[in-house]
Amino acid sequence: MHAAVIVFPGSNCDRDLAVAFEAVGAKVSMVWHKDTSLPDGVDIVGVPGGFSYGDYLRCGAIAANSPICREVAAHAERGGYVMGICNGFQVLTETGLLPGALLRNAGLKYICRTVPLRVATADSDYTSGYDAGAMIDIPIAHHDGNYFADGDTIAKLHGEDRVAFTYGDNPNGSQSDIAGILSSNRRVLGMMPHPERAADAGHGGTDGAALFRALAGSVVTA
Amino acid sequence: MKARVHVMLKNGVLDPQGEAVRHALGAMGFDGVNGVRQGKVIELDLNDGTTQADVEVMCEKLLANTVIESYTVEMG
Repeated sequence: MHAAVIVFPGSNCDRDLAVAFEAVGAKVSMVWHKDTSLPDGVDIVGVPGGFSYGDYLRCGAIAANSPICREVAAHAERGGYVMGICNGFQVLTETGLLPGALLRNAGLKYICRTVPLRVATADSDYTSGYDAGAMIDIPIAHHDGNYFADGDTIAKLHGEDRVAFTYGDNPNGSQSDIAGILSSNRRVLGMMPHPERAADAGHGGTDGAALFRALAGSVVTA
Repeated sequence: MKARVHVMLKNGVLDPQGEAVRHALGAMGFDGVNGVRQGKVIELDLNDGTTQADVEVMCEKLLANTVIESYTVEMG
């Protein structure tokens, strides 16, 4: 598996994500936001957490219009894998690769703690390492993680089994407790919680590791 | 020439910041504030000849996220 991790000015989880990919044997290329192409042979693009462009205008809005994001969108449209975590999820909604938007947390506070998540579907190459319905502990760290979409979109996400993770105890006001969603071809994942921060015993929890192991098992370089 | 873009959360989208402002006004003794919605104003300094339609494209592509926000454009 060859993973590209996008680095924006203000990204701060890019190296954590690279380490999590490397831990399951992936080759990792760090890709700067001004680059206009992805390295040859990239299977999965990781859009990391952080505060791209200082969260100016809206979280993820400027990053979504950066040169590399056009390539990320093209990669997804070709059926490539794209995984956006935290700010990366915000970027993917801003690009339109995933529906909905992330609003300010309902309680207005930045929340940084480990929370229980329910694996809402095991039917994806991201979540196949879990049992559907399993409860896992994954850290969140965000100010704008309140998932919003119109009622039709929420119904469609449920109807197509595209909700990947839900919060066990909704911390931020997200509709339907949604913590992560999949694209219609199930190859684009956006999630606010940080599996890469729960992927090594030194993190204090390893419940995120199964996501990366599942990816490494499914995404075989062609 | 200038344009002024007003961006607001759509009706029906919870505005927790506006709610916090409403609570603060109530706590300060300002009665009768039934709702507060907070948005943003973006002023653009434009080449002459830029049309309202041009600015609306900017709104659609960047300045507003039409999933959650509505916008209005004032030219001049």
